[in-house]
Amino acid sequence: MSTFKVLNPGVMSLLQDAGRYGQHNIGLTVGGPMDPFAFNWANRLCQNSDNSTVIETTIGGLQLEAMQATQIAITGALTQVSVNNQDRPMWQTLNIKAGDKIKLGFASQGARIYLAVAGGFDVEAQFGSTATVVREGIGGLTGALSSGKGLAKEDVLASHKAAAISPLVMPKLAIPNYDAECVLHTVLGYQEASFSRVDKASFFSSEYTVSERADRMGYRMLGPEVRSSTTAMLSEGICHGAIQVPADGQPIVLLNDRQTIGGYPKLGSVMARDTAKLAQLTQGKKLRFEPITIEDAHGMNQIQKYKESQITLLKVV
Amino acid sequence: MNTVITPQISAHMLSHLRLKVAGEQAFILYFAEQTSAQVAAQIQAATQALVELVGHSLIDLVPSYASLLIIFDDNQLEFYQARQLVLDRIRQAALQTEEAESQAGNQIILPVYYDAESGPDLDDLARAKALTTDEIIRLHHEQEYRVYAIGFAPGFAYLGELDERLAAPRLSTPRKAVPKGAVAIADRQTAVYPSVSPGGWNLIGRCPVPMFDVAKTPSMPMTTGDRIKFEPISKAEFIAMGGEL
Repeated sequence: MSTFKVLNPGVMSLLQDAGRYGQHNIGLTVGGPMDPFAFNWANRLCQNSDNSTVIETTIGGLQLEAMQATQIAITGALTQVSVNNQDRPMWQTLNIKAGDKIKLGFASQGARIYLAVAGGFDVEAQFGSTATVVREGIGGLTGALSSGKGLAKEDVLASHKAAAISPLVMPKLAIPNYDAECVLHTVLGYQEASFSRVDKASFFSSEYTVSERADRMGYRMLGPEVRSSTTAMLSEGICHGAIQVPADGQPIVLLNDRQTIGGYPKLGSVMARDTAKLAQLTQGKKLRFEPITIEDAHGMNQIQKYKESQITLLKVV
Repeated sequence: MNTVITPQISAHMLSHLRLKVAGEQAFILYFAEQTSAQVAAQIQAATQALVELVGHSLIDLVPSYASLLIIFDDNQLEFYQARQLVLDRIRQAALQTEEAESQAGNQIILPVYYDAESGPDLDDLARAKALTTDEIIRLHHEQEYRVYAIGFAPGFAYLGELDERLAAPRLSTPRKAVPKGAVAIADRQTAVYPSVSPGGWNLIGRCPVPMFDVAKTPSMPMTTGDRIKFEPISKAEFIAMGGEL
């Protein structure tokens, strides 16, 4: 059933489910939400299943017109949200009537905004997922012209049927502050041994800045150079969060739309929980890296998972 | 017809295996320092031994020239459990090594328009290697390559091994946009860029044959293990075959 017409796609709006897995053998990357925390809670506020397709809008500007009554939830970067020019809250289930105009402003804190609809958007999966990867021309709305593209004006979006729920709201304390200090916990690995102790010490004690080359593929950093003694290496598999260092010494953190294989030396990988925070940073924002052992990384994940399981959505009164 | 080495792992090879952590839910196995047909066969065998776990305790596998990246589900396994599981499977496969020989992959001919116009790094490369551009072109198309790995982007096939006289380091700053069909070299590898993408390889020509088509089954003209031969074509032929500059 058709639920929305796109009046304005904003800066960049992509349909995303949780990502495309098990397709690295043909070179397909993962795609999916850059900030899985905000993605998951957008779906939970609509009582959708975990892998439901949502819209990920970068920076903002998305405008939709509802073609029938439904419910939505908007999470992620702090953005002004209005329905028929009346301000509405983020992190809450919103009731929508046919003809309602939903408008996102531009993020004042963070970069990625998630809009989930009750039932999830109804999109045909390609290679097992609806995730849009523009670089590959795969995912999103399928069809000769639209496959693998961002949403465009006049696009019509369908959603799966869902029973109306009583609106839910995220407890205030559980809503992330995207202006908080960003520390990227890094598991050392790969060609770690090819970087000198001095360079590693400098890397982990310096501040880095997000450069203008920061997108869904990866974030290139500006800061003290790090050098690997490896000059020629065989290309090899790249995992999520891998920190690749080309000869110019400026590290690149590889993200959801990364190439699956590459031949630049890597220092290790940033934990997925922290790449979600990184993905909310825009050009010029500062961050730093902190080393963590794989054991501590797993321990931290368990604690965070437990904390997240303790978040209970409240009924809107 | 050539016979390729059957995908197989030997106990001897296991003693050379090196494991490195890659990330919180990934580790990489290095089978050798350099690639060879034997190493490729071992990696293929190890991949086959693990592929049934993908979608369960493993999330994905990325085989390459001399390594296999293993991404595991950290909701189900700790690193040590994942390592144990993977090494056990590979050991089992080593015990079950079969003698059967498999046939060589298909030979695929890829036309290439080699020129400074289609390959902006051709002249620089010739200078760096003290060769003429014609010698570079000849060394590149004269030999047959094997598809060692597929990845980086959909349809991107890593071909090896390039003549060592052509081996060149990657650009120190990758290009923002390498054109579709660009024929490129880096170290002792060569490849055809299937679509516009960032990339740091040296560009020496352009191939008009599409490397990836979502609508087609199979979506790629080649698969791991195939043999690739490049054939020089003129600009007119390149255009006639649908190439765009």
